[in-house]
Amino acid sequence: MSLPVQESVQTGAEEQHVDQSRAHRLMQRRTTVRSFEILIWLGALATVYLLPSKMLILTEIAILALFAVSLDLVLGFAGIVSLGHAAFFGLGAYTAGLFARYVTAEPVAGLLVAGAAAGLLGYATSFLILRGSDLTRLMTTLGIALMMAEAANQMAWLTGGADGLSGFSIDPIFGLVPFDLWGRNGFIYYLVVLFLSTLVARRLAFSPFGLSLKAIKSNPVRAALVGVPVRRRLITTYTVAAVMAGFAGALLTHTTSFVSPDVLAFHRSADVLLVLAIGGTGYLYGGIFGAIGFTLLKDALSVVTPQYWMFWIGLLLVILVLVGRARLTRWVDDLGERLPGLRGTNR
Amino acid sequence: MLTILFDGIAYGMLLFILACGLTITLGLMNFINLAHGAFAMTGGYVTVVMMNRFGISFYWCLPAAFLASAILGGVLEATLYRRLYHASHLDQVIFSVGLVFMSVAAADYLMGGQQQLIQLPPELSGRTEFVGVGIGRYRLFTIVVCAILVVTFQLILAKTRFGSRLRAAVDDRRVAMGLGINVPAVFALTFAFGSGLAGLGGAMGAEILGLDPNFPLKFMIYFLIVVAVGGTSTVSGPFLAALLLGVADVAGKYHVPAIGPFVIYGLMIIMLILRPAGLFARGGR
Amino acid sequence: MTAVLETRDLKRRFGAFVATNDVSLKIERGARHALIGPNGAGKTTLVNILTGVLPPTSGQVLLDGEEITNLPSHTRVKKGLTRTFQINQLFADYTPLEAVMLAILEREGLGSRLWAVVGSYRKTVDEAAALLARFGLASVMADRTNRLPYGKQRLLEIALAFASKPRVLLLDEPAAGVPEDERHEVLSIVSDLPADVTVVLIEHDMDLVFSFANRISVLVAGAIFAEGTAAEIAASPDVKAVYLGESA
Repeated sequence: MSLPVQESVQTGAEEQHVDQSRAHRLMQRRTTVRSFEILIWLGALATVYLLPSKMLILTEIAILALFAVSLDLVLGFAGIVSLGHAAFFGLGAYTAGLFARYVTAEPVAGLLVAGAAAGLLGYATSFLILRGSDLTRLMTTLGIALMMAEAANQMAWLTGGADGLSGFSIDPIFGLVPFDLWGRNGFIYYLVVLFLSTLVARRLAFSPFGLSLKAIKSNPVRAALVGVPVRRRLITTYTVAAVMAGFAGALLTHTTSFVSPDVLAFHRSADVLLVLAIGGTGYLYGGIFGAIGFTLLKDALSVVTPQYWMFWIGLLLVILVLVGRARLTRWVDDLGERLPGLRGTNR
Repeated sequence: MLTILFDGIAYGMLLFILACGLTITLGLMNFINLAHGAFAMTGGYVTVVMMNRFGISFYWCLPAAFLASAILGGVLEATLYRRLYHASHLDQVIFSVGLVFMSVAAADYLMGGQQQLIQLPPELSGRTEFVGVGIGRYRLFTIVVCAILVVTFQLILAKTRFGSRLRAAVDDRRVAMGLGINVPAVFALTFAFGSGLAGLGGAMGAEILGLDPNFPLKFMIYFLIVVAVGGTSTVSGPFLAALLLGVADVAGKYHVPAIGPFVIYGLMIIMLILRPAGLFARGGR
Repeated sequence: MTAVLETRDLKRRFGAFVATNDVSLKIERGARHALIGPNGAGKTTLVNILTGVLPPTSGQVLLDGEEITNLPSHTRVKKGLTRTFQINQLFADYTPLEAVMLAILEREGLGSRLWAVVGSYRKTVDEAAALLARFGLASVMADRTNRLPYGKQRLLEIALAFASKPRVLLLDEPAAGVPEDERHEVLSIVSDLPADVTVVLIEHDMDLVFSFANRISVLVAGAIFAEGTAAEIAASPDVKAVYLGESA
């Protein structure tokens, strides 16, 4: 009589062991570094040697990519549609410019200060986007960005107003590595910042925090009912994303040694949204792929039709949406192995 | 002082005519259409071309602007917008930003980047003294026309069969379908009508707001404020919001030019936080 | 007799419509309490108020004597009150494993950790696997939620709520819409819930209610219409009239 019971307990324990090791395997696989990730960074590094004459456009791509990865945290992970992400980019750019002009022109210090300033603004404004529908969030983010743009325009004594902020030049990185004429050292520096930021975003995405973010995006009511403090998570995410956008703005200032009021313009917020539309949201590398695609396309179009490239970008977006972004960005899923648990709905 | 109030009201009325199509798109179809300004711009350019190239009277241009924008709106609704009513808001935003970019570039290509000027008929230009208050004749004309439109609009909604069908479709799409209402047709007609009104607003606003290829971008936020602040459940909500915005903007630009835009954006943000469903929305959320 | 969950004069209006009308309810610790009532009686509104999805217009909600009326949902979950939904409210793109991981991590207060990857919380993974096995979900742990058979999705609903280790678990029509051949599995999971968890069952299906509940409250037009043991309710002519009236 006791034998079968014994046996079933044994099998139960075995089954449990099988389930558990399967669960561990699945969780591990979720976070493995994918081959395409390694390829991207190796490729980026290779361009330094292979395309020395293209440093300027590569720099542009790196900055836009960083900006887009930052927006992806907000949009692709937390599910907040923002039309005003340029507020943080612009504040970062101006902070870096002012810091270089009045305090020190060492870029890394400027970068950190700019990130901190943008992060503060992000934290302060995050409370405004916690409630409400997509429309109110859209309006609030847009309104904040417009107010920032107006502030920069009005405070001409500080920002140079419509003429922009100039009169500073950037010192060598850590006082050691100068920005060279071809932009090579600069590009390596930008690449390092982009790499580190993406790394941080990646850790974040695969952490328990990241797990709760996508749950919030998918179903905020249910997320709260498994114990996720939705508001707190959104505040943190928005702040982190703002810091990264501030970094991107600072990098632009460091490239050009000039801050134009254009850094806060609406089209910057729109462009970065379009970058994610092209690259896909919710898996981090959409910002990088999108930035490459968008910049190359814009570059090619503005050679063909310098005044009217905007028309073709617009047409591309309309087609992209009509055909279905999800369908067009599905190739991402097939990049070698996928990013399970990170592919997301674009809802 | 009273002149500012008067100008503000004219401006606000104009904003309402421009934005009320957007109220419909957002309230009825739950579609975030950032390209609404493109329809207004179309109306403006139609007027410019008819008046400046063909010398057609301003009064004939207004209905023509309405028609042209309505047709454009109807065609785009039937071919493009209709497919995206159930898309995500992100998709709608990207799609309509794409349309804005196309319209801006197209206007630049066809008409050039400069500000467009129109010569108003003599009886509409200049000012009239009225009880010691200087009143722009064209602004008076604007107020009268817009007021007539608002009343008509309200009557159509409240009294006609089309109005009741529209309201049924807003309340519950599925029930309306079940009642045999051709909801897609109602949507299409309404969309065309809203675009037409925007076109008319664009034509009338060429003088007050200015007209250049960046029009859809420049005024996008204003239209959105009208809708977001006014809510989408009534006609009076957006109307009051538009008047408020018009007066506040004109007064702000006149009295405190340095911080005018802050006042408006700041008020909007505070409003949206306090009443996310709109200032004049019925009932609580 | 201590009430683990209590409401006092709970009221909720939607405009002129009163969805919840002066509901005062006491749920005993360890009870199997059913909340029944005809369609539109306000059962789901009541559950929404209890769990913080909707604020009440007036009145109080108490958990173990502590007022929780104005606490947000996630704090109530931390305090041991959780629920399932009548219509699946799951994370469509998550696998059951990921969803359950999320709930356990939040319960343990690890949800705000930003750095270590989810898989490195080995104890949590073990617990998640055990929980999934217990709810018959081990075989589908790696499938996307929206591709699971409906019965499995209902099980995941319960598993997800159970992962928070609730003291009080509200089940909103757990077997609604489940095809007949998958129904048995859901019902046996419900009846096997541990005795120390107080279960409130919101249900339409009278067979399920009478086989499960030891106490029943009947909700009609937003108000408590009758309350008693299962036998008392089954014998009540008034309750019968309400149900017959509905089906007539």
